[in-house]
Amino acid sequence: MSFIFRRLVFYLVAAWVALTINFFIPRAMPGNAVQSVMAKFPNLQPSAYKALEALLGVGHPGSIWSQYISYLNDIFHFNFGTDVSQYPAPVSSLLAQTLPWTIILVGTATVIAFVIGTFLGILAGWRHGGWLDRVLPALMFLQAIPYFFFALILVEFLAIKTHVFPTGQGYANGLIPGWHGDFISSAIYHSLLPAFTIVATSIAGWMLQMRNVMITTIGEDYVIAAQAKGLPSRRVIFTYAARNALLPQLQGFGLAIGFVISGALVMEIVFSYPGIGLLLLNAVTSNDYPLMQAIFLVITFAVLIANLVVDMIVVFADPRARTRAATA
Amino acid sequence: MTAVLPISAEPAALATEDARPGRWRRMPTKAKVGAVLLGVFVLAGIIGPLVAPYDPSFQNPSPALSLHAPYGAHLLGTTQSGQDVLSQLLSGIRLTLELAFFVGLVATALSVVVGVTSAFLGGVWDEVLSLLTNVFLVIPALPLLIVLLGYLQDKGQTATILVLSFLSWPWGARVVRAQTLAIRNRDFVAAARETGEKTGRIIIWEIVPNEVSLIAASFVNTVLYAIGASVALAFIGVTDLNSWSLGTMLYWAQSQQALQLGAWWWFVPPGLAVALIGTGLVLLNTGIDELGNPRLRDATSASRIAGRWLKPADPTPVLAEISQPRGRLTGFLHSFSRSSLLDDGESR
Repeated sequence: MSFIFRRLVFYLVAAWVALTINFFIPRAMPGNAVQSVMAKFPNLQPSAYKALEALLGVGHPGSIWSQYISYLNDIFHFNFGTDVSQYPAPVSSLLAQTLPWTIILVGTATVIAFVIGTFLGILAGWRHGGWLDRVLPALMFLQAIPYFFFALILVEFLAIKTHVFPTGQGYANGLIPGWHGDFISSAIYHSLLPAFTIVATSIAGWMLQMRNVMITTIGEDYVIAAQAKGLPSRRVIFTYAARNALLPQLQGFGLAIGFVISGALVMEIVFSYPGIGLLLLNAVTSNDYPLMQAIFLVITFAVLIANLVVDMIVVFADPRARTRAATA
Repeated sequence: MTAVLPISAEPAALATEDARPGRWRRMPTKAKVGAVLLGVFVLAGIIGPLVAPYDPSFQNPSPALSLHAPYGAHLLGTTQSGQDVLSQLLSGIRLTLELAFFVGLVATALSVVVGVTSAFLGGVWDEVLSLLTNVFLVIPALPLLIVLLGYLQDKGQTATILVLSFLSWPWGARVVRAQTLAIRNRDFVAAARETGEKTGRIIIWEIVPNEVSLIAASFVNTVLYAIGASVALAFIGVTDLNSWSLGTMLYWAQSQQALQLGAWWWFVPPGLAVALIGTGLVLLNTGIDELGNPRLRDATSASRIAGRWLKPADPTPVLAEISQPRGRLTGFLHSFSRSSLLDDGESR
């Protein structure tokens, strides 16, 4: 079995655990969630009430086991139930509307932050004690700021005080979403500030991690040997030291994806960006349990897929891993 | 009499007296700054609510005091409903630090238990626990926390602490397990075992004391995580919004449009407090790291010879996965983990 296939099995197990937790939370929690939803939405249709009962396992919808099977079956067909606050919209269509926004914004910004941060980390590690090292505490401060607070500050200065950027939303009012120039340029313009928030707040983490691995790698004999051979510094830095330091960095990237996405979701709220994060806020404020649970699952799946991609990159980038993955 | 005796209590006492200021001076600057920064906020959290000028929930009905900018009587201004921002900030710091401290405590205890158990049981149980740890590492915690807290009817401090701790242990468990595996086969542990010590005693008196710095670092990290997560959760509105934490302050500031109204004194103090506490923790942790790993230190600790910086040369101890002989089931379970890539070919 190849390494990637084994990892795929692992992610399937993780997905199954997430699904199972998701199934049992409403059944294990004290209190009657259906009652609290009904209190908020008194004019809910009886069919919605039924659907909600089935989702939350209230009433007599059959044995736990049969509930579980039908739940897995529903998820497998991307059927996440009916939304309560925007009845009768199916949850899956709400997700389909918002997911692309989040994936494009958060995905692009995270990759940019990772690339820049890693590059700066390489330089900081190589010129250990240089000026990049000295600005590190300032970067740590940026890293310690919650994403959404940094977003608030940016909106204050760049959108409300000086009208350089829009204060929020995904695109200008009055535009119809579609593949035409006006909409795309407006969407990009609106995404600049949110993207900058993600990049600025997460860059320090990648940089610090890469710097530390680099410092350890530089002490290795093969790097010293490469220097002794008289190879140009650039070659020693990138081909000898950085390439080997990249493996732990990539693995750290896989583990940190969940954090980055979670932080970005909360940030979307500040910008009223039409992504999953804003949807999540609406779900929380209106006690929309089906939507909340579906969002948890979708984010989990996204993180698992991203991790699988990272695994593939690791195998592709590291010859040692490639041989082992092939022989295993 | 004591003067001729080589062993006496006095010189030892003198030595420790000497070592204390020395140790503080030898601490990396980063750790010092972090400790001081953190100390200020812990102090504010302890005595803050006692010296707070107003009740944080008290709404001053006077319309002149709605959204008033900072001045003498309200040093950090007032909110839209005339509440004193400074008083809210002081109780907020206490509540947030209290939550983070207890989450750190419970989660670190959990991670030590899981990590040590995993390393000591070995074999299939180790792999099963590692698998569980890895699964919880890869499932994003914040959305799960939102769902859990969303269903909770009682969203008080204790409930939030328990839910957060329940999801914050895997990072620590991983590190503790790796370190325990490394220590487990050392001579002093073997010696303790030979003298007939029970496993429980070995764990408590031989293993755990040798992991104190690691556990401390894990505690600091968990506290940092708990602050970030709790503030984010409150900002979304899933925690108890009637109590004053840094997160709920930000929630009310955002939901009552402090930003659009230009009331920077309302949302900047709590956010800045979170950022500064976080910076303090990060600096402290980096300092601890540098204390244990000389190579990461600033160039000030390196010596300059013939125009080149020479760093301390001792090799960094790297927490490596110790390759161990594995049975069939154990090897099979292990092959699904990411670290199986780093194995030697022989174990298979």
